[in-house]
Amino acid sequence: MYFASFADLIAMNGHGIYVWSAYAIGYAVLAALIIQPLARHAALSRQIRQQQDED
Amino acid sequence: MFRQWFHRWGSPPWFYRMSGTLLPWLSVVAAGLIATGTVWGLAFAPEDARQGNSFRIIYLHVPASFLALAGYYLMALAGCIGLVWRMKLAFWAVRAAAPIGAALTFIALVTGSIWGKPTWGTWWEWDARITSMLILFFLYLGVMALASAYQNSDSGNRAASILAIVGMVNIPIIYKSVDWWNTLHQGASLKLTSAPTIHGSMLYPLLIMIAGFYLLYAVLLLLNLRCEILSNERHSRWLQDFLGDKR
Repeated sequence: MYFASFADLIAMNGHGIYVWSAYAIGYAVLAALIIQPLARHAALSRQIRQQQDED
Repeated sequence: MFRQWFHRWGSPPWFYRMSGTLLPWLSVVAAGLIATGTVWGLAFAPEDARQGNSFRIIYLHVPASFLALAGYYLMALAGCIGLVWRMKLAFWAVRAAAPIGAALTFIALVTGSIWGKPTWGTWWEWDARITSMLILFFLYLGVMALASAYQNSDSGNRAASILAIVGMVNIPIIYKSVDWWNTLHQGASLKLTSAPTIHGSMLYPLLIMIAGFYLLYAVLLLLNLRCEILSNERHSRWLQDFLGDKR
């Protein structure tokens, strides 16, 4: 590791707040991008199957 | 040969099955690359001599920006194919690509803004690169809005594709903005035409992240396209048979 300790990695010499918040926001958006189509796909397949059962 | 390939990929049943097989593999490799690149970039790469540790935001900012732009090419190309050959799947690709592009542009803008604070002392500046990226964000939102603005989805498809194509004028402006207007944003660290301006120990995790983001983009596009296929083909025989077999 480049940092001497885990605490140094978190603090990043005062830049920790910027770096970690950038990654937190970025990865939260990416997680939403993955979850949204998965949930939509599941809901659509459920609807189509229900429709089939009614026919 | 090309014709056959084109027809296959343009066929929703074939595309749906193929993408279902590809997705697990793509996802695993994308996740592995992104995890490696993130840990390497955050914990193992050396800090920048001038910017200190804030430069580590590059490992998220640059890949997101690359894919925000590459995604726009793809969306405009899909719009072209849809308009010229009236291919349904191409129009659905426009609809699938727009929200992904908007989200990636958003990540690029937010991480850039956070990076700007410790580096330039400001969250926001009407610098040419930042402003043209903001326009890219609005173009993506405009394509999303047009795609869903019409009762008739054919009109929505056409309108969204036309806006996607017209918006291409913004792309060279984004690329050239750091050269034409030498304001705040730094020049490119990576160029196809010359050696990179950053050292290998900083460069490798960046290249790994970019590769990971390309694959992640493919995963997201396939996921969204599969939703478009389900929602548009819900009454077709092949899909009902396919879903029937799967339970």
